[in-house]
Amino acid sequence: MLESSARAIRDEVAAGRVSAVDVCRTFLGRLDTVNGALNAFNLIAADRALARAAELDRRRAAGEAPGPLAGVPIAIKDNLCVRGMPTTASSRILERFVPPYDATVVRRLEKAGAIIVGKTNCDEFGMGSSNENSAFGPVRNPWATDRTPGGSSGGSAAAVAARCVPLALGSDTGGSIRQPAAFCGVVGLKPTYGRVSRYGLLAFASSLDQIGPIARTAADAALALTVLAGADSADATSSRRAVPDFTAALTGDVGGVRIGVPRTFLAAGVDEGVRGAFEAALDTMRNAGATLVDIGLPHAKYAIPVYYLVATAEASSNLARYDGVRYGHRSSHDKEQGLKAMYSRTRDEGFGAEVKRRIMLGTYVLSAGYYDAFYLKAQQVRTLLRNDYQKAFEKVDVVAMPTSPIPPFRLGEKTDDPLQMYLADVFTVSAPLAGLPAISTPCGFVERSERSERLPVGLQLTGRMFDESMLLRVADAFERTTDWHTQTPPPI
Amino acid sequence: MSSGLTVADVERIAALAHLELTEEEKALFTRQLADILAYAQQVQAIDTSGVPATAHVHVDERSEREDELRPSLPLEDVLANAPDASAEAGLFRVPRVIG
Repeated sequence: MLESSARAIRDEVAAGRVSAVDVCRTFLGRLDTVNGALNAFNLIAADRALARAAELDRRRAAGEAPGPLAGVPIAIKDNLCVRGMPTTASSRILERFVPPYDATVVRRLEKAGAIIVGKTNCDEFGMGSSNENSAFGPVRNPWATDRTPGGSSGGSAAAVAARCVPLALGSDTGGSIRQPAAFCGVVGLKPTYGRVSRYGLLAFASSLDQIGPIARTAADAALALTVLAGADSADATSSRRAVPDFTAALTGDVGGVRIGVPRTFLAAGVDEGVRGAFEAALDTMRNAGATLVDIGLPHAKYAIPVYYLVATAEASSNLARYDGVRYGHRSSHDKEQGLKAMYSRTRDEGFGAEVKRRIMLGTYVLSAGYYDAFYLKAQQVRTLLRNDYQKAFEKVDVVAMPTSPIPPFRLGEKTDDPLQMYLADVFTVSAPLAGLPAISTPCGFVERSERSERLPVGLQLTGRMFDESMLLRVADAFERTTDWHTQTPPPI
Repeated sequence: MSSGLTVADVERIAALAHLELTEEEKALFTRQLADILAYAQQVQAIDTSGVPATAHVHVDERSEREDELRPSLPLEDVLANAPDASAEAGLFRVPRVIG
Protein backbone atom coordinates (compact mmCIF):
# COMPACT_ATOMS: atom_id res chain seq x y z
CA MET A 1 0.00 0.00 0.00
CA LEU A 2 2.90 2.37 0.69
CA GLU A 3 3.66 2.42 -3.04
CA SER A 4 0.06 3.27 -4.00
CA SER A 5 -0.77 6.57 -5.59
CA ALA A 6 -3.14 8.98 -3.87
CA ARG A 7 -5.64 8.26 -6.60
CA ALA A 8 -5.45 4.50 -6.11
CA ILE A 9 -5.92 4.90 -2.35
CA ARG A 10 -8.91 7.16 -2.95
CA ASP A 11 -10.42 4.60 -5.33
CA GLU A 12 -9.95 1.73 -2.86
CA VAL A 13 -11.37 3.69 0.07
CA ALA A 14 -14.26 5.04 -2.00
CA ALA A 15 -15.17 1.53 -3.15
CA GLY A 16 -15.00 0.21 0.40
CA ARG A 17 -12.27 -2.30 -0.44
CA VAL A 18 -10.01 -0.86 2.21
CA SER A 19 -10.83 1.30 5.21
CA ALA A 20 -9.43 4.77 5.69
CA VAL A 21 -8.34 3.63 9.17
CA ASP A 22 -6.23 0.81 7.71
CA VAL A 23 -4.65 3.18 5.21
CA CYS A 24 -3.92 5.66 7.96
CA ARG A 25 -2.42 2.99 10.27
CA THR A 26 -0.18 1.70 7.49
CA PHE A 27 1.28 5.11 6.68
CA LEU A 28 1.57 6.12 10.35
CA GLY A 29 3.53 2.91 10.93
CA ARG A 30 5.93 3.76 8.12
CA LEU A 31 6.25 7.30 9.39
CA ASP A 32 7.05 6.06 12.88
CA THR A 33 9.77 3.78 11.50
CA VAL A 34 11.65 6.33 9.43
CA ASN A 35 11.04 9.72 11.03
CA GLY A 36 13.75 9.24 13.64
CA ALA A 37 16.31 9.01 10.84
CA LEU A 38 14.81 11.75 8.65
CA ASN A 39 13.41 14.34 11.10
CA ALA A 40 10.81 15.17 8.46
CA PHE A 41 7.97 15.92 10.89
CA ASN A 42 7.66 18.62 13.53
CA LEU A 43 4.43 17.07 14.72
CA ILE A 44 2.72 13.71 14.18
CA ALA A 45 -1.01 13.86 14.80
CA ALA A 46 -1.74 10.12 14.93
CA ASP A 47 -4.80 10.18 17.21
CA ARG A 48 -6.50 12.99 15.33
CA ALA A 49 -5.74 11.30 12.00
CA LEU A 50 -7.13 7.93 13.10
CA ALA A 51 -10.25 9.58 14.53
CA ARG A 52 -10.84 11.46 11.27
CA ALA A 53 -10.26 8.30 9.25
CA ALA A 54 -12.76 6.39 11.40
CA GLU A 55 -15.27 9.18 10.91
CA LEU A 56 -14.74 9.01 7.14
CA ASP A 57 -15.30 5.23 7.18
CA ARG A 58 -18.54 5.69 9.16
CA ARG A 59 -19.82 8.29 6.74
CA ARG A 60 -18.96 6.18 3.73
CA ALA A 61 -20.73 3.18 5.25
CA ALA A 62 -23.76 5.42 5.85
CA GLY A 63 -23.86 6.18 2.14
CA GLU A 64 -22.18 9.58 2.00
CA ALA A 65 -20.37 10.19 -1.28
CA PRO A 66 -16.59 10.01 -0.75
CA GLY A 67 -14.53 13.06 -1.69
CA PRO A 68 -11.82 13.17 -4.36
CA LEU A 69 -9.11 12.54 -1.72
CA ALA A 70 -11.10 10.17 0.49
CA GLY A 71 -8.77 8.50 2.97
CA VAL A 72 -5.57 9.86 1.45
CA PRO A 73 -2.97 10.56 4.17
CA ILE A 74 -1.38 13.96 3.71
CA ALA A 75 1.41 15.89 5.42
CA ILE A 76 1.15 19.66 5.84
CA LYS A 77 4.14 21.98 5.86
CA ASP A 78 4.43 23.54 9.29
CA ASN A 79 3.91 27.09 8.02
CA LEU A 80 0.25 26.34 7.28
CA CYS A 81 -2.36 26.77 9.97
CA VAL A 82 -4.39 23.79 11.11
CA ARG A 83 -6.90 24.67 13.80
CA GLY A 84 -5.90 23.23 17.15
CA MET A 85 -2.59 21.85 15.86
CA PRO A 86 0.63 23.61 16.96
CA THR A 87 2.10 25.50 13.99
CA THR A 88 5.65 26.80 14.25
CA ALA A 89 7.07 27.50 10.76
CA SER A 90 10.09 25.77 12.38
CA SER A 91 10.71 28.93 14.41
CA ARG A 92 11.22 29.38 18.14
CA ILE A 93 9.28 32.61 17.89
CA LEU A 94 6.06 30.63 17.33
CA GLU A 95 6.55 28.23 20.20
CA ARG A 96 3.21 27.26 21.78
CA PHE A 97 1.23 28.90 18.94
CA VAL A 98 -1.97 26.97 18.25
CA PRO A 99 -3.91 28.42 15.32
CA PRO A 100 -7.53 29.30 16.08
CA TYR A 101 -8.43 28.76 12.41
CA ASP A 102 -7.69 26.56 9.39
CA ALA A 103 -5.82 27.64 6.29
CA THR A 104 -8.17 27.56 3.30
CA VAL A 105 -6.13 24.74 1.72
CA VAL A 106 -6.49 22.70 4.90
CA ARG A 107 -10.24 23.21 4.91
CA ARG A 108 -10.44 22.21 1.24
CA LEU A 109 -8.29 19.09 1.71
CA GLU A 110 -10.27 17.86 4.71
CA LYS A 111 -13.55 18.53 2.94
CA ALA A 112 -12.22 16.37 0.07
CA GLY A 113 -11.55 13.54 2.52
CA ALA A 114 -7.77 13.85 2.98
CA ILE A 115 -6.42 12.78 6.38
CA ILE A 116 -3.77 15.06 7.89
CA VAL A 117 -1.10 12.95 9.59
CA GLY A 118 1.22 15.74 10.73
CA LYS A 119 3.15 18.94 10.19
CA THR A 120 6.41 18.80 8.30
CA ASN A 121 9.75 20.36 9.13
CA CYS A 122 10.93 23.22 6.92
CA ASP A 123 13.36 26.11 6.83
CA GLU A 124 12.24 28.75 9.32
CA PHE A 125 9.38 30.73 7.73
CA GLY A 126 10.32 29.15 4.39
CA MET A 127 13.68 30.91 4.31
CA GLY A 128 16.26 28.48 3.04
CA SER A 129 17.23 25.98 0.38
CA SER A 130 18.51 23.13 2.56
CA ASN A 131 16.12 22.78 5.53
CA GLU A 132 19.09 23.55 7.78
CA ASN A 133 17.47 26.79 8.98
CA SER A 134 15.01 24.97 11.24
CA ALA A 135 14.77 25.43 14.99
CA PHE A 136 14.13 21.67 15.11
CA GLY A 137 17.21 20.55 13.19
CA PRO A 138 17.68 19.66 9.53
CA VAL A 139 15.66 17.11 7.61
CA ARG A 140 17.77 14.37 6.02
CA ASN A 141 17.51 13.30 2.40
CA PRO A 142 16.06 9.76 2.15
CA TRP A 143 18.43 9.04 -0.77
CA ALA A 144 21.56 9.95 1.23
CA THR A 145 20.97 10.85 4.85
CA ASP A 146 24.12 12.97 5.17
CA ARG A 147 22.72 15.27 2.47
CA THR A 148 20.07 17.98 2.39
CA PRO A 149 16.54 17.18 1.17
CA GLY A 150 16.44 20.73 -0.18
CA GLY A 151 14.29 23.50 1.18
CA SER A 152 12.34 25.06 2.34
CA SER A 153 9.67 22.32 2.09
CA GLY A 154 12.30 19.67 2.87
CA GLY A 155 10.16 17.73 5.32
CA SER A 156 7.25 17.48 2.89
CA ALA A 157 9.47 16.25 0.04
CA ALA A 158 11.38 13.78 2.25
CA ALA A 159 8.09 12.44 3.68
CA VAL A 160 6.71 11.74 0.20
CA ALA A 161 9.99 10.23 -1.03
CA ALA A 162 10.23 7.96 2.03
CA ARG A 163 6.64 6.74 1.51
CA CYS A 164 5.41 8.26 4.79
CA VAL A 165 2.57 9.88 2.81
CA PRO A 166 1.52 9.78 -0.85
CA LEU A 167 0.87 13.51 -0.82
CA ALA A 168 2.09 16.62 1.02
CA LEU A 169 1.65 20.35 0.90
CA GLY A 170 4.56 22.70 0.50
CA SER A 171 4.86 26.41 -0.11
CA ASP A 172 7.11 28.01 -2.70
CA THR A 173 8.48 31.55 -2.65
CA GLY A 174 11.71 31.10 -4.63
CA GLY A 175 11.74 27.35 -5.28
CA SER A 176 10.71 25.87 -1.94
CA ILE A 177 8.40 23.23 -3.45
CA ARG A 178 10.33 22.45 -6.63
CA GLN A 179 13.92 22.25 -5.38
CA PRO A 180 13.22 19.84 -2.49
CA ALA A 181 11.01 17.78 -4.83
CA ALA A 182 13.98 17.57 -7.23
CA PHE A 183 16.44 16.71 -4.44
CA CYS A 184 14.17 13.95 -3.09
CA GLY A 185 13.17 12.44 -6.45
CA VAL A 186 9.48 13.40 -6.28
CA VAL A 187 7.10 15.76 -8.08
CA GLY A 188 6.47 19.32 -6.86
CA LEU A 189 4.13 21.89 -8.38
CA LYS A 190 4.13 25.62 -7.71
CA PRO A 191 0.86 26.92 -9.10
CA THR A 192 0.34 30.29 -10.78
CA TYR A 193 0.28 33.22 -8.35
CA GLY A 194 -3.35 33.50 -7.25
CA ARG A 195 -4.39 29.98 -8.26
CA VAL A 196 -4.44 28.77 -4.65
CA SER A 197 -5.57 30.83 -1.65
CA ARG A 198 -2.78 31.85 0.73
CA TYR A 199 -5.14 32.36 3.67
CA GLY A 200 -3.59 30.62 6.68
CA LEU A 201 -0.08 30.46 5.20
CA LEU A 202 2.40 32.23 7.49
CA ALA A 203 3.52 34.93 5.08
CA PHE A 204 7.14 35.24 3.91
CA ALA A 205 6.93 37.34 0.71
CA SER A 206 3.33 38.04 -0.20
CA SER A 207 3.87 38.84 -3.90
CA LEU A 208 5.67 35.49 -4.40
CA ASP A 209 4.29 32.91 -1.94
CA GLN A 210 2.17 30.08 -3.34
CA ILE A 211 1.02 26.80 -1.82
CA GLY A 212 1.23 23.63 -3.88
CA PRO A 213 1.35 19.84 -3.81
CA ILE A 214 4.28 17.45 -3.54
CA ALA A 215 3.47 13.97 -4.82
CA ARG A 216 5.12 11.00 -6.53
CA THR A 217 3.43 11.59 -9.87
CA ALA A 218 2.13 14.48 -11.92
CA ALA A 219 -1.25 12.71 -11.93
CA ASP A 220 -1.49 12.92 -8.14
CA ALA A 221 -0.34 16.56 -8.24
CA ALA A 222 -3.16 17.22 -10.73
CA LEU A 223 -5.67 15.53 -8.44
CA ALA A 224 -4.49 17.61 -5.48
CA LEU A 225 -4.41 20.91 -7.39
CA THR A 226 -8.01 20.39 -8.51
CA VAL A 227 -8.96 20.30 -4.82
CA LEU A 228 -6.67 23.15 -3.70
CA ALA A 229 -7.36 25.73 -6.41
CA GLY A 230 -10.07 28.35 -6.55
CA ALA A 231 -11.25 31.74 -5.37
CA ASP A 232 -11.37 32.51 -1.67
CA SER A 233 -12.99 35.57 -0.14
CA ALA A 234 -10.34 35.46 2.61
CA ASP A 235 -7.51 36.09 0.08
CA ALA A 236 -8.08 39.05 -2.23
CA THR A 237 -5.21 37.88 -4.46
CA SER A 238 -6.82 34.49 -5.12
CA SER A 239 -8.02 34.23 -8.68
CA ARG A 240 -11.68 33.94 -9.61
CA ARG A 241 -10.85 32.14 -12.83
CA ALA A 242 -12.59 28.85 -13.42
CA VAL A 243 -10.65 25.86 -12.12
CA PRO A 244 -10.49 22.99 -14.61
CA ASP A 245 -10.28 19.32 -13.65
CA PHE A 246 -6.51 19.17 -14.03
CA THR A 247 -6.55 15.38 -14.31
CA ALA A 248 -8.47 15.77 -17.59
CA ALA A 249 -5.36 17.36 -19.13
CA LEU A 250 -3.30 14.19 -18.76
CA THR A 251 -3.49 12.87 -22.31
CA GLY A 252 -0.09 11.19 -22.30
CA ASP A 253 0.69 13.00 -25.52
CA VAL A 254 3.29 15.71 -26.09
CA GLY A 255 2.99 15.68 -29.87
CA GLY A 256 3.35 19.22 -31.16
CA VAL A 257 4.20 20.71 -27.77
CA ARG A 258 6.90 23.36 -28.13
CA ILE A 259 9.48 23.22 -25.37
CA GLY A 260 11.72 26.26 -24.97
CA VAL A 261 15.29 25.73 -23.78
CA PRO A 262 17.23 28.85 -22.68
CA ARG A 263 20.60 27.57 -23.91
CA THR A 264 22.61 30.70 -23.16
CA PHE A 265 21.31 30.90 -19.61
CA LEU A 266 22.12 27.22 -19.03
CA ALA A 267 25.59 27.40 -20.58
CA ALA A 268 27.61 27.62 -17.36
CA GLY A 269 27.47 26.55 -13.75
CA VAL A 270 25.51 23.31 -14.18
CA ASP A 271 26.87 20.09 -12.66
CA GLU A 272 27.82 17.64 -15.43
CA GLY A 273 25.65 14.86 -14.03
CA VAL A 274 22.67 17.20 -13.80
CA ARG A 275 23.31 18.40 -17.34
CA GLY A 276 23.46 14.83 -18.65
CA ALA A 277 20.13 13.92 -17.05
CA PHE A 278 18.55 17.14 -18.34
CA GLU A 279 19.75 16.61 -21.92
CA ALA A 280 18.52 13.01 -21.86
CA ALA A 281 15.12 14.27 -20.67
CA LEU A 282 14.97 16.72 -23.58
CA ASP A 283 15.78 13.86 -25.97
CA THR A 284 13.00 11.76 -24.44
CA MET A 285 10.46 14.52 -25.00
CA ARG A 286 11.67 15.18 -28.54
CA ASN A 287 11.38 11.46 -29.32
CA ALA A 288 7.82 11.59 -27.98
CA GLY A 289 6.92 14.26 -30.52
CA ALA A 290 7.71 17.54 -28.76
CA THR A 291 9.64 20.28 -30.53
CA LEU A 292 12.67 21.85 -28.84
CA VAL A 293 13.13 25.57 -29.41
CA ASP A 294 16.15 27.61 -28.35
CA ILE A 295 14.93 30.69 -26.49
CA GLY A 296 16.55 33.69 -24.86
CA LEU A 297 15.74 34.84 -21.34
CA PRO A 298 18.24 37.71 -21.23
CA HIS A 299 17.29 38.89 -17.72
CA ALA A 300 17.09 35.45 -16.08
CA LYS A 301 20.70 35.85 -14.94
CA TYR A 302 19.57 38.73 -12.72
CA ALA A 303 16.77 36.73 -11.10
CA ILE A 304 18.82 35.86 -7.99
CA PRO A 305 19.65 39.43 -6.96
CA VAL A 306 16.14 40.58 -7.89
CA TYR A 307 14.60 37.78 -5.87
CA TYR A 308 16.72 38.37 -2.76
CA LEU A 309 16.00 42.11 -2.86
CA VAL A 310 12.24 41.76 -3.38
CA ALA A 311 11.65 38.76 -1.11
CA THR A 312 13.65 40.11 1.83
CA ALA A 313 11.97 43.52 1.58
CA GLU A 314 8.57 41.87 1.78
CA ALA A 315 9.76 39.55 4.56
CA SER A 316 11.02 42.42 6.70
CA SER A 317 7.52 43.86 6.62
CA ASN A 318 5.63 40.56 7.04
CA LEU A 319 7.73 39.40 9.98
CA ALA A 320 7.23 42.65 11.89
CA ARG A 321 4.14 40.99 13.38
CA TYR A 322 6.28 38.67 15.53
CA ASP A 323 6.71 40.97 18.50
CA GLY A 324 5.87 38.86 21.54
CA VAL A 325 2.49 40.50 22.09
CA ARG A 326 -0.24 38.42 20.50
CA TYR A 327 1.29 34.94 20.09
CA GLY A 328 4.45 32.93 20.38
CA HIS A 329 7.63 33.58 22.26
CA ARG A 330 8.14 36.61 24.53
CA SER A 331 11.50 37.36 26.08
CA SER A 332 11.50 37.01 29.85
CA HIS A 333 13.49 40.20 30.17
CA ASP A 334 13.08 42.82 32.89
CA LYS A 335 9.67 44.41 32.32
CA GLU A 336 10.92 47.73 33.66
CA GLN A 337 12.95 48.22 30.49
CA GLY A 338 9.79 48.82 28.56
CA LEU A 339 8.04 47.74 25.40
CA LYS A 340 10.72 48.39 22.78
CA ALA A 341 13.31 46.36 24.67
CA MET A 342 10.80 43.53 24.91
CA TYR A 343 10.24 43.62 21.13
CA SER A 344 13.94 43.61 20.28
CA ARG A 345 14.94 40.86 22.72
CA THR A 346 11.96 38.69 21.81
CA ARG A 347 12.91 38.92 18.14
CA ASP A 348 16.60 38.28 18.78
CA GLU A 349 15.79 35.21 20.89
CA GLY A 350 13.01 33.92 18.66
CA PHE A 351 14.42 34.22 15.13
CA GLY A 352 17.23 32.09 13.72
CA ALA A 353 20.27 33.53 11.94
CA GLU A 354 18.95 33.30 8.37
CA VAL A 355 15.65 34.95 9.24
CA LYS A 356 17.50 37.78 10.98
CA ARG A 357 19.81 38.15 7.98
CA ARG A 358 16.85 38.47 5.62
CA ILE A 359 14.97 40.88 7.86
CA MET A 360 18.14 42.99 8.04
CA LEU A 361 18.68 42.90 4.28
CA GLY A 362 15.03 43.73 3.60
CA THR A 363 15.01 46.57 6.09
CA TYR A 364 18.18 47.94 4.51
CA VAL A 365 16.90 47.90 0.94
CA LEU A 366 13.68 49.62 2.00
CA SER A 367 15.43 52.27 4.09
CA ALA A 368 15.89 55.89 3.09
CA GLY A 369 18.68 56.32 0.57
CA TYR A 370 18.71 52.71 -0.66
CA TYR A 371 15.08 52.20 -1.75
CA ASP A 372 15.57 53.48 -5.32
CA ALA A 373 18.96 51.87 -5.86
CA PHE A 374 17.94 48.43 -4.66
CA TYR A 375 14.22 47.82 -4.11
CA LEU A 376 12.75 49.92 -6.90
CA LYS A 377 15.49 48.81 -9.29
CA ALA A 378 14.77 45.16 -8.48
CA GLN A 379 11.08 45.69 -9.16
CA GLN A 380 11.91 47.20 -12.55
CA VAL A 381 14.16 44.28 -13.48
CA ARG A 382 11.32 42.03 -12.32
CA THR A 383 9.24 43.63 -15.08
CA LEU A 384 11.99 42.94 -17.65
CA LEU A 385 12.11 39.31 -16.53
CA ARG A 386 8.33 38.99 -16.89
CA ASN A 387 8.61 40.47 -20.37
CA ASP A 388 11.28 37.88 -21.27
CA TYR A 389 8.91 35.06 -20.39
CA GLN A 390 6.00 36.72 -22.16
CA LYS A 391 8.10 36.92 -25.31
CA ALA A 392 9.24 33.31 -24.97
CA PHE A 393 5.64 32.11 -24.59
CA GLU A 394 4.80 33.63 -27.97
CA LYS A 395 6.73 30.76 -29.54
CA VAL A 396 6.82 27.98 -26.94
CA ASP A 397 4.33 26.28 -24.60
CA VAL A 398 6.68 25.48 -21.73
CA VAL A 399 10.23 26.41 -20.73
CA ALA A 400 12.52 23.57 -19.59
CA MET A 401 15.48 23.85 -17.23
CA PRO A 402 17.07 21.68 -14.59
CA THR A 403 15.32 22.45 -11.29
CA SER A 404 18.66 22.85 -9.51
CA PRO A 405 22.11 23.33 -11.07
CA ILE A 406 23.58 20.90 -8.53
CA PRO A 407 22.55 17.62 -6.92
CA PRO A 408 21.67 17.52 -3.20
CA PHE A 409 24.70 18.80 -1.26
CA ARG A 410 26.00 17.67 2.10
CA LEU A 411 24.49 19.04 5.28
CA GLY A 412 26.76 21.81 6.52
CA GLU A 413 28.41 22.32 3.14
CA LYS A 414 26.99 25.80 2.49
CA THR A 415 25.85 26.99 5.90
CA ASP A 416 28.79 29.37 6.42
CA ASP A 417 28.25 31.22 3.16
CA PRO A 418 24.68 32.48 2.64
CA LEU A 419 25.48 33.93 -0.80
CA GLN A 420 26.66 30.52 -2.09
CA MET A 421 23.42 29.01 -0.77
CA TYR A 422 21.37 31.69 -2.59
CA LEU A 423 23.16 31.05 -5.90
CA ALA A 424 21.86 27.47 -5.94
CA ASP A 425 18.34 28.90 -6.46
CA VAL A 426 19.30 30.22 -9.91
CA PHE A 427 16.73 28.20 -11.88
CA THR A 428 13.77 28.36 -9.49
CA VAL A 429 13.48 32.04 -8.53
CA SER A 430 12.33 33.43 -11.85
CA ALA A 431 8.94 31.62 -12.05
CA PRO A 432 7.58 33.18 -8.83
CA LEU A 433 8.98 36.59 -9.79
CA ALA A 434 6.99 36.35 -13.02
CA GLY A 435 3.97 34.77 -11.27
CA LEU A 436 4.22 31.68 -13.48
CA PRO A 437 3.40 28.07 -12.63
CA ALA A 438 6.29 25.58 -12.60
CA ILE A 439 6.67 21.88 -11.89
CA SER A 440 9.62 19.65 -11.06
CA THR A 441 9.54 15.98 -11.99
CA PRO A 442 12.28 13.34 -11.57
CA CYS A 443 14.53 12.99 -14.64
CA GLY A 444 17.47 10.90 -13.51
CA PHE A 445 20.25 10.52 -10.99
CA VAL A 446 23.76 11.75 -10.48
CA GLU A 447 25.76 8.64 -9.65
CA ARG A 448 28.47 9.04 -7.04
CA SER A 449 30.03 5.62 -7.52
CA GLU A 450 32.76 6.05 -4.90
CA ARG A 451 30.04 6.02 -2.24
CA SER A 452 27.46 4.13 -4.31
CA GLU A 453 25.18 7.15 -3.97
CA ARG A 454 22.37 7.95 -6.38
CA LEU A 455 21.30 11.56 -6.09
CA PRO A 456 18.01 12.59 -7.74
CA VAL A 457 17.82 15.21 -10.49
CA GLY A 458 14.71 17.20 -11.29
CA LEU A 459 13.41 18.53 -14.61
CA GLN A 460 11.65 21.87 -14.23
CA LEU A 461 8.94 23.02 -16.61
CA THR A 462 7.58 26.56 -16.43
CA GLY A 463 4.33 27.52 -18.13
CA ARG A 464 2.06 30.41 -18.99
CA MET A 465 -0.01 31.97 -16.25
CA PHE A 466 -2.88 29.68 -15.26
CA ASP A 467 -1.71 26.97 -17.66
CA GLU A 468 -0.89 24.33 -15.05
CA SER A 469 -2.74 21.91 -17.35
CA MET A 470 0.09 22.11 -19.90
CA LEU A 471 2.76 21.54 -17.24
CA LEU A 472 0.92 18.56 -15.81
CA ARG A 473 0.28 17.14 -19.27
CA VAL A 474 3.96 17.29 -20.25
CA ALA A 475 5.24 16.04 -16.88
CA ASP A 476 2.73 13.17 -16.90
CA ALA A 477 3.64 12.21 -20.48
CA PHE A 478 7.32 12.26 -19.49
CA GLU A 479 6.59 10.02 -16.51
CA ARG A 480 4.75 7.55 -18.75
CA THR A 481 7.88 6.98 -20.83
CA THR A 482 10.42 7.02 -17.98
CA ASP A 483 10.70 5.25 -14.63
CA TRP A 484 12.68 7.78 -12.58
CA HIS A 485 9.65 8.68 -10.47
CA THR A 486 9.00 5.04 -9.56
CA GLN A 487 12.38 4.42 -7.95
CA THR A 488 12.61 4.08 -4.21
CA PRO A 489 15.31 5.40 -1.88
CA PRO A 490 17.57 2.82 -0.20
CA PRO A 491 16.27 1.28 3.05
CA ILE A 492 16.45 3.77 5.90
CA MET B 1 32.74 45.79 -5.59
CA SER B 2 32.39 46.78 -1.95
CA SER B 3 29.11 48.08 -0.61
CA GLY B 4 30.98 49.79 2.23
CA LEU B 5 28.60 48.43 4.86
CA THR B 6 29.81 49.19 8.41
CA VAL B 7 28.96 47.89 11.87
CA ALA B 8 27.27 51.24 12.49
CA ASP B 9 25.03 50.62 9.46
CA VAL B 10 24.13 47.20 10.82
CA GLU B 11 23.30 48.70 14.22
CA ARG B 12 21.08 51.31 12.57
CA ILE B 13 19.21 48.66 10.51
CA ALA B 14 18.85 46.38 13.54
CA ALA B 15 17.25 49.24 15.47
CA LEU B 16 14.81 49.87 12.60
CA ALA B 17 13.97 46.14 12.51
CA HIS B 18 13.62 45.85 16.30
CA LEU B 19 16.39 43.27 16.57
CA GLU B 20 18.76 43.42 19.51
CA LEU B 21 21.83 41.74 18.02
CA THR B 22 24.80 40.38 19.93
CA GLU B 23 28.29 41.71 19.14
CA GLU B 24 29.08 38.45 17.29
CA GLU B 25 25.92 38.77 15.19
CA LYS B 26 26.77 42.36 14.32
CA ALA B 27 30.23 41.38 13.08
CA LEU B 28 28.92 38.36 11.16
CA PHE B 29 26.04 40.24 9.53
CA THR B 30 28.27 43.17 8.57
CA ARG B 31 30.46 40.79 6.58
CA GLN B 32 27.67 38.64 5.13
CA LEU B 33 25.32 41.49 4.22
CA ALA B 34 28.22 43.35 2.57
CA ASP B 35 28.88 40.25 0.42
CA ILE B 36 25.22 39.92 -0.54
CA LEU B 37 24.80 43.63 -1.30
CA ALA B 38 27.97 43.68 -3.39
CA TYR B 39 26.51 40.83 -5.43
CA ALA B 40 23.07 42.48 -5.65
CA GLN B 41 24.61 45.73 -6.92
CA GLN B 42 24.80 44.16 -10.40
CA VAL B 43 21.15 45.13 -10.94
CA GLN B 44 22.18 48.78 -10.83
CA ALA B 45 24.01 48.44 -14.15
CA ILE B 46 20.84 47.45 -16.01
CA ASP B 47 19.13 50.15 -18.05
CA THR B 48 15.62 50.42 -16.65
CA SER B 49 14.73 53.89 -17.87
CA GLY B 50 11.00 54.02 -18.54
CA VAL B 51 10.45 50.50 -17.18
CA PRO B 52 7.52 50.31 -14.74
CA ALA B 53 8.06 48.54 -11.42
CA THR B 54 6.37 45.21 -10.75
CA ALA B 55 5.08 45.26 -7.18
CA HIS B 56 2.80 42.28 -7.69
CA VAL B 57 1.77 39.82 -10.41
CA HIS B 58 -1.94 39.79 -9.67
CA VAL B 59 -3.49 39.78 -13.16
CA ASP B 60 -7.20 39.52 -12.42
CA GLU B 61 -9.39 42.57 -12.10
CA ARG B 62 -9.87 43.80 -8.56
CA SER B 63 -12.09 41.59 -6.49
CA GLU B 64 -14.56 43.58 -4.49
CA ARG B 65 -17.30 42.49 -2.14
CA GLU B 66 -20.08 44.06 -0.16
CA ASP B 67 -18.95 45.54 3.14
CA GLU B 68 -21.00 43.18 5.25
CA LEU B 69 -20.66 42.42 8.94
CA ARG B 70 -19.20 38.96 9.42
CA PRO B 71 -18.25 37.07 12.56
CA SER B 72 -14.58 37.23 13.59
CA LEU B 73 -12.63 34.73 15.66
CA PRO B 74 -13.82 34.28 19.26
CA LEU B 75 -11.86 36.62 21.53
CA GLU B 76 -10.97 33.87 24.00
CA ASP B 77 -9.47 31.71 21.20
CA VAL B 78 -7.28 34.58 20.07
CA LEU B 79 -6.15 35.60 23.56
CA ALA B 80 -5.30 31.95 24.33
CA ASN B 81 -2.14 32.33 22.23
CA ALA B 82 -0.85 35.46 23.93
CA PRO B 83 2.21 35.22 26.20
CA ASP B 84 0.45 37.58 28.60
CA ALA B 85 -3.24 38.44 28.35
CA SER B 86 -6.20 39.16 30.52
CA ALA B 87 -9.07 36.98 29.34
CA GLU B 88 -11.48 38.75 31.68
CA ALA B 89 -10.66 42.21 30.37
CA GLY B 90 -10.20 40.95 26.79
CA LEU B 91 -6.75 42.56 26.50
CA PHE B 92 -3.14 41.76 25.67
CA ARG B 93 -0.76 42.87 28.41
CA VAL B 94 2.55 44.52 27.44
CA PRO B 95 5.39 46.14 29.37
CA ARG B 96 4.98 49.80 30.20
CA VAL B 97 5.07 52.03 27.11
CA ILE B 98 5.32 55.46 28.73
CA GLY B 99 6.96 56.32 32.03
